[in-house]
Amino acid sequence: MTPTAPLALTGARVICPATGHDGIATILLKDRKVAGIGHAEPPSDATVIDGRGLVVAPGIIDAGVFKADTAAANAGGITRMVLMPDQSPPLDEPALVAYAQGSGKPDVWVHPLAAATRGLNGAELAEIGLAKAAGAVGVATGRHAIADARVMHRLLAYAHGHGLTVVSHAEEPALTAGAVATAGEYATRLGLAAAPAFAEALAISRDCRLAEATGAALHIRQVTTAEGLAVIAAAQARGVDVTAGITPAHLFLNDMAVSGFRSFARLSPPLRDERDRLASIEGIRAGLITILSSGHDPQSQEDKRQPFADARAGMAGAETLLALGLGLVRDDVINLPRLVAMLSLNPARRFGLIAGTLQLGAPADLVVFDEAAPWRIDGRKFHGAGNTPFDGVPTAGIVRMTIKGGDLVWRV
Amino acid sequence: MARVPSHPALADGAHPFPHEHLLGIAQLKPWEIAFLLDEAEQWVDMNRARMAKRDDRLAGLTQINAFFENSTRTLLSFEIAGKRLGADVVNLGVSGSSVKKGETLLDTALTLSAMHPDMIVIRHGSSGAVQLISEKVDCPVLNAGDGRHEHPTQALLDALTIRRRKGRIAGLRVAICGDILHSRVARSNFQLLASLGAEVRAVAPSTLLPDGLDGYAVQSFTDMDAGLAGADVVMMLRLQTERMEGAYVPSPREYFRFYGLTEARLAKAAPDVLVMHPGPMNRGVEIDGAIADDIARSAVTEQVEMGVAVRMACLDVLTRKRRGVEGWK
Repeated sequence: MTPTAPLALTGARVICPATGHDGIATILLKDRKVAGIGHAEPPSDATVIDGRGLVVAPGIIDAGVFKADTAAANAGGITRMVLMPDQSPPLDEPALVAYAQGSGKPDVWVHPLAAATRGLNGAELAEIGLAKAAGAVGVATGRHAIADARVMHRLLAYAHGHGLTVVSHAEEPALTAGAVATAGEYATRLGLAAAPAFAEALAISRDCRLAEATGAALHIRQVTTAEGLAVIAAAQARGVDVTAGITPAHLFLNDMAVSGFRSFARLSPPLRDERDRLASIEGIRAGLITILSSGHDPQSQEDKRQPFADARAGMAGAETLLALGLGLVRDDVINLPRLVAMLSLNPARRFGLIAGTLQLGAPADLVVFDEAAPWRIDGRKFHGAGNTPFDGVPTAGIVRMTIKGGDLVWRV
Repeated sequence: MARVPSHPALADGAHPFPHEHLLGIAQLKPWEIAFLLDEAEQWVDMNRARMAKRDDRLAGLTQINAFFENSTRTLLSFEIAGKRLGADVVNLGVSGSSVKKGETLLDTALTLSAMHPDMIVIRHGSSGAVQLISEKVDCPVLNAGDGRHEHPTQALLDALTIRRRKGRIAGLRVAICGDILHSRVARSNFQLLASLGAEVRAVAPSTLLPDGLDGYAVQSFTDMDAGLAGADVVMMLRLQTERMEGAYVPSPREYFRFYGLTEARLAKAAPDVLVMHPGPMNRGVEIDGAIADDIARSAVTEQVEMGVAVRMACLDVLTRKRRGVEGWK
């Protein structure tokens, strides 16, 4: 690959949670790596970009997407995606993992999670050791939890032996079978098949106990209820290696968004009531939830323009992740460096990626954004699929540049 | 005692039923419900006349009954209602539809719309399906039942039956008993009856009671004797056989023992209690056959009769704008 010319961004607020840097500085990128942060003049051969008024942060690592959607990722400031194994076919073969790993290059790097079980059937362990050798950064149970406790127990034990983090879906499968909403007044009024919110806490309780017994690293990709968070907190207090993630949808929408049968708000897990939504925000404030991801799971018009219960679950999230995440900063839930950590450093650490930092020699993966620039979310203008439950919502925070390995892959 | 709010003064150009479709009771104001019931009265009289039952106000209009879920009585009721008003009625059943060939619901809707019907009556197994179709077609859509969401004409015919028997709805104690969880009839009735000022109770085993009934201003009972105490109206719901074989309740006989409507249990209700059932009935499972047949107390056949009248009223009212009826621009 031809070496890129040095690139210098001047005058921007550079935030790197790994090094603790937060201040106006010049950042120099050279040979696809971070070559310096400071106040020195850029070298004469460098391309200089005026970054005044902008924020520079490590490129977003979107931990748990269902589609490696390059265009949407670049537009959203995402330089790496941790891909769920729910592909067609599922990532249960080392060769499929290796293929998935190369699928986004060069503009976005894909880090696959291997399927925990063959065909994601929840019954037989897949070749996760070989998958790791082929590039898997973890294993995942997929869209559903593993129903059989014995299988989950063995999975955690086996994955621990290979040093792989297990990503689990937190819905007790028997309780949530056939359900498309959280039990409550809205689901009842709309006549939607619903499951109780505590189905989440039940699943997390079991998995935390199994992780405790095996010493495994467990990541619950979406923790969306007060009760689920309480289980996480108790497990962490006992020393269980469990982490929690969430998506903006569960932070900024509640089950009311389903009224009018809006199938764009059909998500998995389903949207929760207001009490649980507020508890999730408190979970972020308290540091219980450490990873914010888009849950990017775009669906076609055919799959969404259906009666609510027949529509497929999932939303396009990559292009709105940063702007919606900035809502947490505007609402004084967390400060900007903590948001940046939730979007880059924390997922990098959880999945062992050499990324999410701007220290010298780190890959030149950057997002450059205007923290305050207002815009209105419009699914029709998305670069990928446009099924977002936030359609029409005013927000702020525009990705001005996405830099992947020193290359400017997005600029507006 | 709660009173039905009277019709607010109509501003210039407004008319008493400003809805394009009839999707559910949830969208209706109390006076709009009362208006539909008032309109239905004239059709009850006409339907009972021994001479030719015919009114031509819908002559030349096409009514499509698109039933994506099996139905006998509701389909028949809508068909007769349309024909008595002179409409050209076409029925589309599941077996005859393209839905089985993989066509999406919206494609089906657009196909129906392209045939320029003047009203479409839809039953569908998924909650919200009727609303989805209504957003894509150019004519009034009537919900004949969508999933477990709503069945507005059933609630209207129930209300008309009660009003004619009892002379009022406000202040009555109505106990709705049985499979509330899966029932669109219950959901529509909760809203309609509460809206018109009745005291509504839901009586069922806990496994068949959905969450969030407080939001409807409905009181829940798992003890049927307590739930029936002093009831002016007892509305029984059908319990599907497959739900009685261990899934929600252990067996039909256990269900009948605790939730079947028997003479002994009915004695807890008001002396002049009215017994209703949307049909088809499971005799000996949810209702004692003798009670269902007692015309002094049971309104089951009258409900069917009111069904035709209510549906005639709905078809008439929803097409007034399109027919250019004076005052309905």
